Amino acid sequence: MQALFGQLLIGLINGAFYAMLSLGLAVIFGLLNIINFTHGAQYMMGAFVAWFLLNKAGIGYWWSLLLAPIVIGALGVVIERTMLSRLYKLDHLYGLLLTFGLALIFQGLFRNEFGSSGLPYQIPSQLTGAMNLGFMFLPIYRGWVILASVIVCLSTWYVIERTKLGSYLRAATENPALVQAFGINVPRMITLTFGFGVGLAALAGVMAAPIYQVSPLMGADLIIVVFAVVVIGGMGSIMGSILTGFGLGVVEGLTKYFYPEASNTVIFVVMVIVLLFRPAGLFGKER
Amino acid sequence: MATTIPTTAPAHRGVSQMAIATAIMVALLAVAPFVGIYPVFVMKALCFALFACAFNLLLGFGGLLSFGHAMFLGTAGYVCAYAAKEWGFTPELAILLGTAASAGLGAVVGALAIRRQGIYFAMITLAIAQMMYFFYLQMPFTHGEDGIQAVPRGRLFGLIDLAHPLAIYYTVLVIFVAAFLFIYRIIHSPFGQVLKAIRENEPRTISLGYDADRYKLLAFLLSATLAGLAGATKAIVFQLASLTDVHWSMSGEVVLMTLLGGMGTIFGPVVGAFVIIALESYLAGFGEWVTIITGVIFVICVLAFRRGIVGELAAWWAKRRG
Repeated sequence: MQALFGQLLIGLINGAFYAMLSLGLAVIFGLLNIINFTHGAQYMMGAFVAWFLLNKAGIGYWWSLLLAPIVIGALGVVIERTMLSRLYKLDHLYGLLLTFGLALIFQGLFRNEFGSSGLPYQIPSQLTGAMNLGFMFLPIYRGWVILASVIVCLSTWYVIERTKLGSYLRAATENPALVQAFGINVPRMITLTFGFGVGLAALAGVMAAPIYQVSPLMGADLIIVVFAVVVIGGMGSIMGSILTGFGLGVVEGLTKYFYPEASNTVIFVVMVIVLLFRPAGLFGKER
Repeated sequence: MATTIPTTAPAHRGVSQMAIATAIMVALLAVAPFVGIYPVFVMKALCFALFACAFNLLLGFGGLLSFGHAMFLGTAGYVCAYAAKEWGFTPELAILLGTAASAGLGAVVGALAIRRQGIYFAMITLAIAQMMYFFYLQMPFTHGEDGIQAVPRGRLFGLIDLAHPLAIYYTVLVIFVAAFLFIYRIIHSPFGQVLKAIRENEPRTISLGYDADRYKLLAFLLSATLAGLAGATKAIVFQLASLTDVHWSMSGEVVLMTLLGGMGTIFGPVVGAFVIIALESYLAGFGEWVTIITGVIFVICVLAFRRGIVGELAAWWAKRRG
């Protein structure tokens, strides 16, 4: 039983990252109609910003949670303004190719500098230790990651689905020209949305740093799994992305317990099954 | 989905010009070993050129971006290497078996992937390829990280010893040229025309009575099969089948070759493959700089060079002639 709960916990943690990353991808896709292949690299760079802040400037975890998304988000804004914005009139595939190239550049630069081994990042002192839940020990930091990511996901959902700003965003997703005609600066909104989505990836990176270590390739394979998560959930709904992310994390955790050989591939298998029976994804609509 | 992939219509350039260009290419390749060009380099580039041509058939003419084509290259490589090494198949049979394996995989993956379009298509193929990667990583017959090594080249048809450098070189050349002409034929067949129509305007093609899904599936199957032929040939040439060939970075590489050379052109993928393979062998000693430069080429191609080398040349030529 201990082992099962342990795997479930790991599953929930992975799910938290799937949810945050696929949420960012979905938000970006909604408005920009591109799939951000750099997402994994931006997650990695978020973790590296936290590492730099701690080791070069003595700035700890809590400030990193705020600063890393701002830094990486700002980098995202630059990328959107200088490169992506030139591609909106073209086939969406070019956005994918461009961001794939950028991901290679970022990952290559960091690997040149740091090799492929991981750098440790200390758990902040307030969150060390573990809690006895009766049936298992819960390391406090892991509990915090799950809690924090749920809060982040739900606030994103609230902002997009329940506020005025979010309604502009949803309207621009449906019909950007019309929203622009009403006097809303759509290009700026697109830029900021991209920055926000990228910032989410960086935030996830900071939260992942104490768990997975900081390494240049930490986002490279993860992003492919997140793509599968996105295909399974469909990008039509924000809540759908969140639920699919956590759900698939749990499925993966259960697989690790019952049939570990398949734990690497189970999400892809789920994707194939979903494609067979619900091609648009669990929460998606054909577009 | 409306696509804006730039193409240069090969039709108006005339068949004779194509024939001359092809003849020049074949002649250059045929004399390459005698003018001091390292044959192993040319063979590697030819395998990748075939891979890129197969990929281009799908992207350049079908408008479908597969981000998982490495699975066909790698699957054929593994099956071919295993058949040649463990079952003692002659090289032509091993290559045939490897190619058939990729065709089978292509039929299954294609049927799944064409259920979604555009960006989803790319993500699905990438995800399935990653699944295959883990599959090969865990299967004992692939020997994991080591790969299947020391694959015998054997005797072609039981007669010609492929250990001889020129024998293997011309075998690869014949396979490449045959596949290249086959692809040319596909593109200029009625099937190829319908494929282009689907790329330009799928709903309209459907309304004209064409079953778009069947055409897309057949294009996917052909592309996977030819990519498999490249992978199987590569396994015999380099006597190795390894995880590199099924990794996602290989899928990215073939996209790059096609993009750089010129997608939707006949010769583009060949040029792209030679440029990238040359670049990689020059930069082999510089570690991660290969990845970084690859990324930079991607960015430049997408932002400023979307027609690729051959596409730009063709456009320049057309402009010059008025």
